[in-house]
Amino acid sequence: MKKLMLGNEAIARGVYEAGATVATAYPGTPSTEITENIAKYDEIYSEWAPNEKVALEVAIGASIGGARAATAMKHVGLNVAADPLFTASYTGVNGGLVIFVADDPGMHSSQNEQDTRIIARGAKVPVIEPSDSQECKDFTKEAFRISEEFDTPVIVRLSTRVSHSQGIVELEDRENYVLKPYVKNPAKYVMMPAMARRRHISVEERMAKLREFAEKSLLNRIEWGNKKIGVITSGVAYQYAREAFGDVSYLKLGIVYPLPENLIKEFASQVETLYIIEELEPFIENQCRKMGLKVTGKDKLPVIGEYSAGLIKEKLLGETPEKLNDIQDEAPARPPVLCAGCPHRATFYVLKKLKLTVSGDIGCYTLGALAPLESVDTTICMGASVGVAHGLEKARGKEQSKKTVAVIGESTFIHSGITGLIDMVYNNCSGTVIILDNSITAMTGHQHNPTTGYNIKGEPVKKVDLAKLCQAIGVERVKVCDPFDLKKFEQIVKEEVAADELSVIIAQRSCALLKHVRFGPVLTINQDKCIKCRMCMRLGCPAIVDRGDHVEINSTQCAGCDLCPRVCRFNAIEKAGGRDE
Amino acid sequence: MNNTSILIVGVGGQGTLLASRILGDVALNSGLDVKVSEVHGMSQRGGSVVTYVKVGEKVYSPIIEKNEADIILCFEKLEALRWIDYAKKDAKIIINDQRIDPMPVITGKVKYPENIIEKIKANYKNVIVVPALEIAKKCGNIKAVNVVMIGVMARHSVFEKDIWVKAIEKTVKPQFLEVNLKAFEEGYNQAGI
Ligand SMILES: Cc1ncc(C[n+]2csc(CCOP(=O)(O)OP(=O)(O)O)c2C)c(N)n1
Ligand code: SF4
Ligand code: SF4
Repeated sequence: MKKLMLGNEAIARGVYEAGATVATAYPGTPSTEITENIAKYDEIYSEWAPNEKVALEVAIGASIGGARAATAMKHVGLNVAADPLFTASYTGVNGGLVIFVADDPGMHSSQNEQDTRIIARGAKVPVIEPSDSQECKDFTKEAFRISEEFDTPVIVRLSTRVSHSQGIVELEDRENYVLKPYVKNPAKYVMMPAMARRRHISVEERMAKLREFAEKSLLNRIEWGNKKIGVITSGVAYQYAREAFGDVSYLKLGIVYPLPENLIKEFASQVETLYIIEELEPFIENQCRKMGLKVTGKDKLPVIGEYSAGLIKEKLLGETPEKLNDIQDEAPARPPVLCAGCPHRATFYVLKKLKLTVSGDIGCYTLGALAPLESVDTTICMGASVGVAHGLEKARGKEQSKKTVAVIGESTFIHSGITGLIDMVYNNCSGTVIILDNSITAMTGHQHNPTTGYNIKGEPVKKVDLAKLCQAIGVERVKVCDPFDLKKFEQIVKEEVAADELSVIIAQRSCALLKHVRFGPVLTINQDKCIKCRMCMRLGCPAIVDRGDHVEINSTQCAGCDLCPRVCRFNAIEKAGGRDE
Repeated sequence: MNNTSILIVGVGGQGTLLASRILGDVALNSGLDVKVSEVHGMSQRGGSVVTYVKVGEKVYSPIIEKNEADIILCFEKLEALRWIDYAKKDAKIIINDQRIDPMPVITGKVKYPENIIEKIKANYKNVIVVPALEIAKKCGNIKAVNVVMIGVMARHSVFEKDIWVKAIEKTVKPQFLEVNLKAFEEGYNQAGI
């Protein structure tokens, strides 16, 4: 049977067909749909873990326990999981262990553009790279096989365009994989110096064997065409190259680490001009140059951003598209915004009003950095808001904490904010941390997390109580408040920021897009009462628009959340009645 | 045969993803190769979103380049302007006559461009303007704008109507099916203009 599948969906299918039984992940664009789709197979145990490190550790445990296990994450997630990764490379596996890591060239939804292959090389873990949905499925199954044959975790490297493109996939049956026996083996699984020294030798031997394997693996293939030009490429860059160059010769690498040096030399010797086309770092290219090959690559192509067939044509073939109109460049930008009805809007409105320094974090609420809220001062990585606020106080003294807050989503707090808060407790910080509890991991498309009370399958489970958690680690001032209760919320923020002790404010209100959230009727501005003070415009609600001579509410955009009437001092904002749905 | 390239552009939250799913399903029925490249993540929060659909003997790159699109389905006027460079000279450009102000316009930093449709018409001859929001309202759900647009496009496609209807039945959640089928029908019947 043939099906149109997202790359991520095809990965899930591959995990299923490979007979895997355990999958665990923390969401992150563009990797999230891998685990969301795995969760649809009842034959596989699946879960959202609190972060990528835990997810990988669970997968390692499942592999040691004899199961085929998978974990998925975005590129920066691998930084969080790097610690277990580097040592799992030493222990090797029992059941196959495959780690899916999705890079985001062009940073569609990321805070940096790092290249997973570099970390993989550091950890000495092989990397496989599919270029379309069919390969996503096929390569996944091969990755499990390689993992077991060579006793190694395997990384499957994806990118936004592979993960988020649908292509046709031929479905096959699920392999009947039998759980391998668990045998106690401290020499392999207890990594203390004496054992690790021996395992490092095994790692180097394994890499040598993998290099040999890469020479003949079917994942690396040559497509001969016109030999004037030869292109070495992998992943989605292969698709762009095919489209840009047409009938030339290609060495399409499915295993990008370790590289098949002999195959590369053989290919290079038969073509006149050799191009290396890979997104981000010159990973294949540097190796080719080291081998003494004359290549064209990053001397002409960027290390920044996404590629496309058009970019390759422009940079390598000097072809630019003809201009077909004279209306280009007129379109104002459309940056993302907090949704109409978003709980975070109220929080940032108050923080901006109080002119606080805001140590920010990653989630929908990062959008609080954009105009008109422009409230967020810093965003580094998940969890960093707490540590950064602590550091600000340690650099500038307690006075700094009287005008600073850290803001962090509940999913991000559980992911890695809690350790920062423990540091604040332990090292006597007087700061204020606001946990934005919108009852979901929203930015990545609404996944459950340990504080929502539901698991990946939507089944009710135990719920981590944020207030009790903060109290248990020693925070004495913990306040819970609905940020839409603007007056009370502002009062609490003022008090807690002024307090000499550490405090946590849990700003609790559900994400506007959750099914159970029901708002009232659409609102409208009574032009007779409106004095055009434009206070409501400060909310940055996409439904409130400035028409120059007046301000109005766009009835198709308004969610009916009832926030704007609370900032209007002239009671000009009224309920309009019926909704358009 | 050359590939047919269709660009779907709009504002995050307008349902471009559902439209591309329906289109993908129709294309799969053609027995040809298909690739659909979507945007998930941050821009879905009210940002500019684009989906590329390519159908043909063999599709390599999932992305459509400038001057390559045979059809552009625009869910919002400003987005039509933003992506117009991707249209072939004789491309079919289907525009929902709806205006959604981006934040820089809302805050008064820049102006929403005037006469977008006239400007596009002056440069491209195959422009179809659809009051998709009004039609969707009439059908009972403003969120059905996407399926109205699919209806308009279906009328101009080589695929039979019932293939489209089947794809909608497969893709849309049962509780919204009735509204969406009505929206499709209305869109399909609009296409004469
Ligand atoms: C290490 C790492 N893992 C995953 C992500 C992807 N990511 C960005 S924000 C986010 C979750 C945000 O959830 P929450 O903190 O609850 O805020 P919300 O979006 O719900 O407002 C995730 C998973 C990331 N940026 N970095
Ligand atoms: S998805 Fe939810 S949390 Fe994110 S911006 Fe929209 S309403 Fe806010
Ligand atoms: S216009 Fe007012 S009521 Fe409507 S979504 Fe915006 S803030 Fe909420």
